[in-house]
Amino acid sequence: MLAVARGAVSVSLAGVIDALRGRGDPTAIAIVRDLRLPRVVLGALVGAGLGASGAALQGALRNPLAEPYLLGVSGGAAVGAVIAFSLGVSSDAMITLAAFAGGIAAVFVALAVARVGGRSARADVRTLLIAGVIVGAFANAAIMVALARAEPNTVRGALWWMMGSAADATWRRVAWLAASILVAGGALVYWAREIDVLSLGDDTAASLGVDAERAGRRAFLLAALLAAATVSAAGLIGFVGLVVPHIARRMGLRAHRPLIMAAGLIGATLVVAADLAARTVAAPTELPLGAITALLGVPFFLVQLRRTS
Amino acid sequence: MIEFRDLVVSYPGARQNAVDGVSFVGARGQLTALAGPNGSGKSSIVKALLRRADITRGSASIDGRDVRSLSYAELARNVAVVPQREEAAFPIQVREYVFLGRYPHLGLWRAPSREDDLAVDQALSQAGVEDLADRDTDALSGGEWQRVRIARALAQKSPALVLDEPTTFLDVAHEMGIFELMSSLAHSGLAVLLVSHQLNLVARFADTIVLLDRGKVATTGSPTEVMRADTLESIYGWPVVITRDPAVGAPALVPLRRPVRL
Repeated sequence: MLAVARGAVSVSLAGVIDALRGRGDPTAIAIVRDLRLPRVVLGALVGAGLGASGAALQGALRNPLAEPYLLGVSGGAAVGAVIAFSLGVSSDAMITLAAFAGGIAAVFVALAVARVGGRSARADVRTLLIAGVIVGAFANAAIMVALARAEPNTVRGALWWMMGSAADATWRRVAWLAASILVAGGALVYWAREIDVLSLGDDTAASLGVDAERAGRRAFLLAALLAAATVSAAGLIGFVGLVVPHIARRMGLRAHRPLIMAAGLIGATLVVAADLAARTVAAPTELPLGAITALLGVPFFLVQLRRTS
Repeated sequence: MIEFRDLVVSYPGARQNAVDGVSFVGARGQLTALAGPNGSGKSSIVKALLRRADITRGSASIDGRDVRSLSYAELARNVAVVPQREEAAFPIQVREYVFLGRYPHLGLWRAPSREDDLAVDQALSQAGVEDLADRDTDALSGGEWQRVRIARALAQKSPALVLDEPTTFLDVAHEMGIFELMSSLAHSGLAVLLVSHQLNLVARFADTIVLLDRGKVATTGSPTEVMRADTLESIYGWPVVITRDPAVGAPALVPLRRPVRL
């Protein structure tokens, strides 16, 4: 509610309720219904997707530092979007789709790269994470090359993807992201007990009747799907997937079914709050949402890194 | 009963078969030890039993059923394993950890019943870790951890139990404790298969020893039958003498120090 009310133009809470019910000042109605509300809902969905993705990844990869963006998803999505831009595509849906395809492609490339390094990609988590980082770096380089000769419009579009923002929220984008999260997130919740078992290691998982290889790949792909969907809807918003599962675990949640669901809720809250900060801290200038989550997330990552080593 | 019949396991690209025609039985009520030098095929036999390695020829079966005819979940209900490396990626309460042993019975969605609770309680008490039930796994010592892992495997309530080098990182007291536990579990009616390097402990506690050498069974039988200086010297390529453990008279191996060559 607060997130809907606050912004460059403040609307009182009562005004928000009135606007939602279609009463009062027409400008307020427009701001609330067409700008703020979809933006807040999109932010919540992005946070939910990233939180759930991170929780599943950390469990399945047995790594407290696993994060959707370390898999190269973001870089791939940005490449997809930039390619679409430079091909002159302007339709919002097409660019979202291109970003999504780019993100998924990057995950497969990362998996293939990791497989070169080890027999099975999941067997060595470190190889997989390094592969993700390398694919991400390559994607960034590709974007720089593409942007070197690009028109200002393309540059702005690519930058938007790389910084992450919930600003361009439309109801169509919200619906598309909601559907992706419902499917991929639902599937993760469905297979959550398998992730519990996977978190004990492949040998133990196998001895408990789980095909570790297959279950691991499934969790990994579903988590990547979630991440790719959020990137295609709101660009690169880093560290939410890293921080949120740890908060959920700190709250005493251990089994992955409640953990993934709680990570979704916490992620939603966190991103809505971060987006509120992005809009209001330096209003009327908007700060990039991805920068805010990174500012919060990097110190957390370092603390976590210290604790695990 | 765990049974291997003329088992052959070969990995693609390898010159020799990792397991080359191994037959033996791990009977119920017995502690059967699988010993041998590094690379003699111990782990490959366990992997074949769990369908983690393809069986090239021969068979591995549990209570007369070929493991390849069982689904992964059925297999997990028939044989529980404590692998060499097993650690929760994130700290978790001991009781919850042991509960994961019920996964082969619960599957993805079934809610735990009284039977599951009972199995977990029993497993905790059999392994002697009831007192630790409310603790988090990151607050356990090495010896406690190993007992918790065994409890997790016992919660599976399978008739066969396999332990792969369960005392590698333990001190003498905890090592003895684990061997006593394995022996008592076997004598309570489980078929316990133990993979171990600790020949002296194996000789004291095991009912049968299967000694492997380069993928084949070099010798098998009671500890007294297997622990012979000439056999062990040729398998390990190191001079040894066999003495008697002063307390119970079990054969004990003493590797000799070779004369210093100048």
